Amino acid sequence: MLLFPSIEEPSMSWQPSASLDMLKARAAFYGFIRQFFELRQVMEVETPLLSKAGVSDPYLYPVKAQAMGQDVYLHTSPEYPMKRLLAAGSGDIYQICKVFRDQELGARHNPEFTMLEYYRLGFSLKTLMDEVAQLVGDYLNIQARMELTYQVAFQRYAQLDPFTATDESLLKAAQSATNSTEDFDRAACLDILMTHSIEPALPHDCLVFIVDYPADQAALAKVSVDPLGNAVAQRFELYVNGMELANGYDELSHAQEQRDRFERDQQQQRAQGLVPRPIDEHFLSAMQSGLPECSGVAIGVDRILMLRTDQSDISRVVSMGFHAS
Amino acid sequence: MASYSTNEFKSGLKVMLDGDPCSILENEFVKPGKGQAFNRVKLRNLKSGRVWERTFKSGEKLDGADVMDYTMEYLYTDGEFFHFMATDGSFEQHAAPDEAVADTKNWLKEQENYEVTLYNGSPISVTPPNFVELEVVETDPGLKGDTAQGGSKPATLTTGAIVRVPLFINIGEVLRIDTRSGEYVSRAKGD
Repeated sequence: MLLFPSIEEPSMSWQPSASLDMLKARAAFYGFIRQFFELRQVMEVETPLLSKAGVSDPYLYPVKAQAMGQDVYLHTSPEYPMKRLLAAGSGDIYQICKVFRDQELGARHNPEFTMLEYYRLGFSLKTLMDEVAQLVGDYLNIQARMELTYQVAFQRYAQLDPFTATDESLLKAAQSATNSTEDFDRAACLDILMTHSIEPALPHDCLVFIVDYPADQAALAKVSVDPLGNAVAQRFELYVNGMELANGYDELSHAQEQRDRFERDQQQQRAQGLVPRPIDEHFLSAMQSGLPECSGVAIGVDRILMLRTDQSDISRVVSMGFHAS
Repeated sequence: MASYSTNEFKSGLKVMLDGDPCSILENEFVKPGKGQAFNRVKLRNLKSGRVWERTFKSGEKLDGADVMDYTMEYLYTDGEFFHFMATDGSFEQHAAPDEAVADTKNWLKEQENYEVTLYNGSPISVTPPNFVELEVVETDPGLKGDTAQGGSKPATLTTGAIVRVPLFINIGEVLRIDTRSGEYVSRAKGD
């Protein structure tokens, strides 16, 4: 019988989860982004990561922290303070920053990730989509582009109309997609069909813009009425290979409407059994004083790097994924 | 028993689903740009061996399953139950029913160690080692000199399992079998 000497190997868990080539690819991508905006005279800015107010979205869970004896949140996106800069007269601005979202971890999610967020004064949603297509399409070398309304995406890939389908038929489709008997509400059914049936079926090697979301998914976008009479949000999402990369709005500038939406979000937070997060009064005051007409977009930097470098796990494109943090 | 949120789901975690103990194989987190998050989970039902795909709302909880894996030595069968003994020094014996042993029956050899999964203290599944060595009890006569590749024939082992073997194998020889594929690997090395 052979006896193997026991050798103490140093633990390898200190090693980065990304390769050194990946670190270089990321640095080069940041250079590409900065050059893109320098050419267009969009100014780079920074805003606080710590906020005394919390994000209103009832399905985002900010990380709590303490500073100066006060409860604060790490931001889930730089949207509110960047809009305060816009209201203060900054003009076109962009930011590359880390954002933090608790309870999000998976092959495409890390509780902290890098976001590129930018705003363009006077841009329609269409003009902004063109610019985003140029930025992302150039970097990923993808020219093909298509646009689907939320309604057409559902009709094509889930065989139902999200505006007119009955609750029963939506529930049946959602239960069948999840092998579940749970009594999902209408919003949950739509989210299930989007993530389980539509996203995986979207065409590859093409910039796919989904537009005209139902009004109750408007978040901070303007709402209008489409030619069929449906109330739709002036919002787009960009998908490549079934992966969501960007979320853009024709930004709501009406302060009272914004306050009403925040209060509805707080009710939903209460319905989840949460203590509602404080509303960002600085942001609402800025809107009251006047947010210029603009369109803005948040872009997932790590996911674009995943596509560019052909990685299927986000931990391979960040220096250290959550498990190694 | 503790309960586990979808955030804690990871491969190998044992949970109860629809009254059966299951082992989590994969856990995929999905969330639309704005809206609710879900976990698409693949689980193996430890009773039936079947793989289930199920989606849970993110944050939902499942009860843990009282399931533990033990290394046990196979002793004998009384025709109805298969008897195993713990190798942890306790000499505790467990009788596994036919449905727990299932296909592992093909690879059962006395005094060999197996992984026995206990659910609430009773065996629900038995996993063989990756390789076992078993004797040939029946096969066509071997062809002398035919040790090159090409050609195979069925051979019956002591357990009743039938595997494809090269033509040169004879009755009474001990073979090394890969239990995952059920395939012949080589002649066993003589001790």
